[in-house]
Amino acid sequence: MQQKSISTLLTHASAYFIAVLIAIPNVLIAGDDPDATWNDGLREHYFSDKTISETGDVIDLEAPVRAENGAVVPIRILSQIPQTEDRFIKTVTLLIDENPIPWAGTFHFTPRSGRADIDLRIRVNSYSNVRAIAETNDGELHMTSRFVKASGGCSAPVGSDLEAAMARLGKMKFRSKPAAGLNEPIQTQLAISHPNVTGMQMDQVTMLYAPAHFVKEVKVSFEGDLIFSAETDISISENPNFKFFFVPQQEGELIAEVTDSNGLQFSQVYKVGPDSILDRIADQVEQDAGKDKI
Amino acid sequence: MHYVNFSILSKIFVSNVYLCLLPLLLYGSQIVAQNNCTTIAELIEIDTGIYVRPGQHGMGFEVDNIANVGFIVGEKCVAVIDTGGSYEEGQALSCALKQVTQKPVCYVINTHVHPDHMLGNLAFKQEGIIFVGHAKLPRAMAILGPTYLQRASEYAGRALSEKHIVLPDQVVEDQMELDLGGRTLVLTAQPTAHTETDLSIYDQATNTLWLADLLFMEHIPVVAGSLDGWLRVIEHLKASPAECVVPGHGPVHAQWPDSATNMLRYLTTLQTETRAWIADGGDIQGAQEHIGISESKHWKLFDNLHKRNVISAYTEIEWE
Repeated sequence: MQQKSISTLLTHASAYFIAVLIAIPNVLIAGDDPDATWNDGLREHYFSDKTISETGDVIDLEAPVRAENGAVVPIRILSQIPQTEDRFIKTVTLLIDENPIPWAGTFHFTPRSGRADIDLRIRVNSYSNVRAIAETNDGELHMTSRFVKASGGCSAPVGSDLEAAMARLGKMKFRSKPAAGLNEPIQTQLAISHPNVTGMQMDQVTMLYAPAHFVKEVKVSFEGDLIFSAETDISISENPNFKFFFVPQQEGELIAEVTDSNGLQFSQVYKVGPDSILDRIADQVEQDAGKDKI
Repeated sequence: MHYVNFSILSKIFVSNVYLCLLPLLLYGSQIVAQNNCTTIAELIEIDTGIYVRPGQHGMGFEVDNIANVGFIVGEKCVAVIDTGGSYEEGQALSCALKQVTQKPVCYVINTHVHPDHMLGNLAFKQEGIIFVGHAKLPRAMAILGPTYLQRASEYAGRALSEKHIVLPDQVVEDQMELDLGGRTLVLTAQPTAHTETDLSIYDQATNTLWLADLLFMEHIPVVAGSLDGWLRVIEHLKASPAECVVPGHGPVHAQWPDSATNMLRYLTTLQTETRAWIADGGDIQGAQEHIGISESKHWKLFDNLHKRNVISAYTEIEWE
């Protein structure tokens, strides 16, 4: 655990470092090569000289061509292979090339995930490639990317009502779609109320305001087995919202545990049983939210 | 520069003649050479001493004067209300102001954080002029400012720096009165509505309420704060004694509260349909394709901004 938190910290620190290196002159204009940022440092930083396949037969990505609201850009990562014990997607890393911190998050899956799909919402600061890189259990890397145009006007990459998000800090909602039954993948949505503030304030007032405060780690387990986990950063939208799959083999409890950059921890329990699997599940809100604040 | 289409204006004025005064004067149609003035904004005096520079519909940074901005003249001094979407727009407004009054500017009021209302601030920045805004405006400017500077670069090729984001010197926590000499403006910090930084400005002398972007007309409303909060704020403001209001987009003045009817219908439709969509398990992608489509014929810039509003509505309502 200690080891992991240190490595997460290093990842984060180095992300900031690379952001400083590459993100300052990062305004893409028409005619620029959208892969320049990737080729000029991102790729090497995250994947050194490993071979990355781009054939599209392992992972796909749905993203809007135009980001209607740069603060909330819904995207969908779609696995193209089943999660079997022999071959499965182990992690998906999500990068937004032109964001100040390109690394949005890394998501972990197991054969119990059923499908290594994830729906989430990201911030897109400017015209940028969004790329998902899947690592299969045999260590192969597969990448897919989509170019997203951030919308103009006042479409800023931060949300609108920080107070509302802070007032609900740490509240979580689980929600599921009806599933066919036990041993079938069920899609579950986890929504976390958190301002996920970027901390990129202007110099003249930085002293007045809190620095970045964002969700860093999400772990969801079912009856003690980790079924989905993620390390995330500020390119995830306010009120992080993830949809993922898992395969319930019995009735039981889903437990979400969330840690933010200030060390606050939040948890939420959600009972998964025959009724809840076969019927739409009412939201179970607030029951445990914030109880483990430290 | 963009001149007002007089035939359209006269229609608007006729429709408002019973409650809002006819415009007294039009300024700026002749450009007069003046120090540092290459462009002089066109002004309409909607009532005694209230001058509005009419905006034209367009997307921010593609057009600099999309918002209605202006100023109110007292016996002692002048309060500028919003400064336009660029330094040049602020300067054009400043130049126009100097043509209609010799009185000094004592206040610059920013009605909210959006760039079409405050990127001209720097043109007014000088000793003795107090910038006033909502208590949440400094933080919002700090968080959003860098994005606006980046957008100005991406969309208009302008190299702006942090000095173009002029923060308020005084903030309004609840209410504040500004004395312009024989004329008092009452500034009210509203709860989160169009944005989380909205101020309304009531001019007692003319019974006029300057609503800025708390009221959109013709131009599709932009939900950048809280849909539910905005509906509540408008309900509350309906009790205002004001008969005449200044919307942030659309005509330079209109009757109150009738002028809010279309906007309230849009916001209510958005809220009702999004609630139903979420209750039915619909996702955020599909919501953008299905919600509020019946409103498209009623609004300018619907195709540019409606989906953004649906996303805002969805992310708000899923936490209700």
